[in-house]
Amino acid sequence: MASINQKNKIEMTDGVLIPDRSEKSIFSAWRISFFGAIFLLIALPIFAPKPYFDIVKFIPDGIITTFEVTVLAISLSLVLGVMVGLGRISRITIINRLTTIYVEVIRGIPLLVQLFYIYYAMGKIINVPPIASAVIAMTVCYGAYIGEIFRAGIQAIPKGQMEAALSLGLTRGQAMWKIILPQTIKVVLPPIGNEFISMLKDSSLVSILAVSDLLRRGREFASQTFYYFETFTIIALVYLILTLFFSRIVGVMEERIHNRGRK
Amino acid sequence: MEENRIRIINVSKNFGKVHALKNVSLNVKTGEVVMIIGTSGSGKSTLLRCINRLENVTNGDIWIDNDMVTGNKADIRKIREEAGMVFQSFYLFPHLTALQNITLAPRVVKKISESEANEIGKKLLKRVGLSDKESAFPDQLSGGQQQRVAIARALTMNPKVMLFDEPTSALDPEMTKEVVDVMQDLAKEGMTMVVVSHEMGFAKAASNRVVFMDKGEIIEIGTPKEMFDNPKEERTKTFLNHIL
Repeated sequence: MASINQKNKIEMTDGVLIPDRSEKSIFSAWRISFFGAIFLLIALPIFAPKPYFDIVKFIPDGIITTFEVTVLAISLSLVLGVMVGLGRISRITIINRLTTIYVEVIRGIPLLVQLFYIYYAMGKIINVPPIASAVIAMTVCYGAYIGEIFRAGIQAIPKGQMEAALSLGLTRGQAMWKIILPQTIKVVLPPIGNEFISMLKDSSLVSILAVSDLLRRGREFASQTFYYFETFTIIALVYLILTLFFSRIVGVMEERIHNRGRK
Repeated sequence: MEENRIRIINVSKNFGKVHALKNVSLNVKTGEVVMIIGTSGSGKSTLLRCINRLENVTNGDIWIDNDMVTGNKADIRKIREEAGMVFQSFYLFPHLTALQNITLAPRVVKKISESEANEIGKKLLKRVGLSDKESAFPDQLSGGQQQRVAIARALTMNPKVMLFDEPTSALDPEMTKEVVDVMQDLAKEGMTMVVVSHEMGFAKAASNRVVFMDKGEIIEIGTPKEMFDNPKEERTKTFLNHIL
């Protein structure tokens, strides 16, 4: 079983390293970075409250907005991603072609450009609030990447699983939902977790659309007080703590799913 | 009509330019156990997979009783309920327990209730001697146990025909017997079976006829005794010398 799982693993590393549970050392890279960052975030406001404490008071609104955008966009892009993944392996030519074009086009355009494009293009027709266009743009963008993860995940399941399901009288659709996708979850969870972390970081781009996320709050504070270095130090630490925290969560979830129902 | 449960009439199958089956005809009577032997690439697995339409034939017709397997009008799902299939690599669903593996199809396809499905599933597990393993996951079972669950799973839709594609080839020798025993019980109960396998013990004990295939054609058909003790065709003799 171990060897089968090894084979099914697909690695994509545009988020952050997922900590390996086998690394037992107290001074693991993850611990040094995570607790180091937390230490700095606590120590700086205590020992130099002048700018740092004010900064720390100013940014929590931004963290909430960053979360809102990220969680909404990742949820929607998961739904979109499953549909795109299924479309990419569809045997109906037109669906297959359309989803493939979508993936090709979206992956070829930088997210920042897509953000501008959706904000201003949609702005011509209807007045969409910045936060909505930010979520839509990120969903459309990440839907393509997550779609590719689902496609790879579905294709990593042995063909015999589908045949066994079909030979029991299930339709292709039933076999996909009951047999293939549940197994796919296990395979795609680490890369999807990575996409979530990657999105958490990329969400900083939406600050360009007047969305008051973490980065934009920092810029607001810095431009009023001229504490640029100090502000962005704190902003960087907060992003780092968040991404490292979630990378650990993803690692634990991966382990849970792997061991589900086993003793 | 009723006597022949499976009728395979002039079936050909091409994969691109490869002729996997060339004009194959074979009838299997109700309750009969037919073994298909032959080298790899002889088309025996392809023939089996055509019977429940995991492969589409290029030419020819296949019938299970009065239901047409081939052609556009075939009710493929009905065919697959009628023909249970057991694979060389088991293909149990790894995210489901042994019992859930068995109850999935009746619940999803026939929409029967969970408790009713569980009752059927437990009976089938008992039949293959694995009552104590109902909540085990496939990777907690030995190969022989997995294959027995796979047989129980294939029986869950009450098939008229059971198709076995090299059911013991992926097993260690000491596990082969437990699977063969289950297959022999099935044969005794009158199940119509088509078995692709080189399991000589099973062939002698339970099969009515043995079919030797080579290069997509049926070369020789006979009772196990005729085939193993006194094969007529040169190619059959050569093959049997290799595997015996």
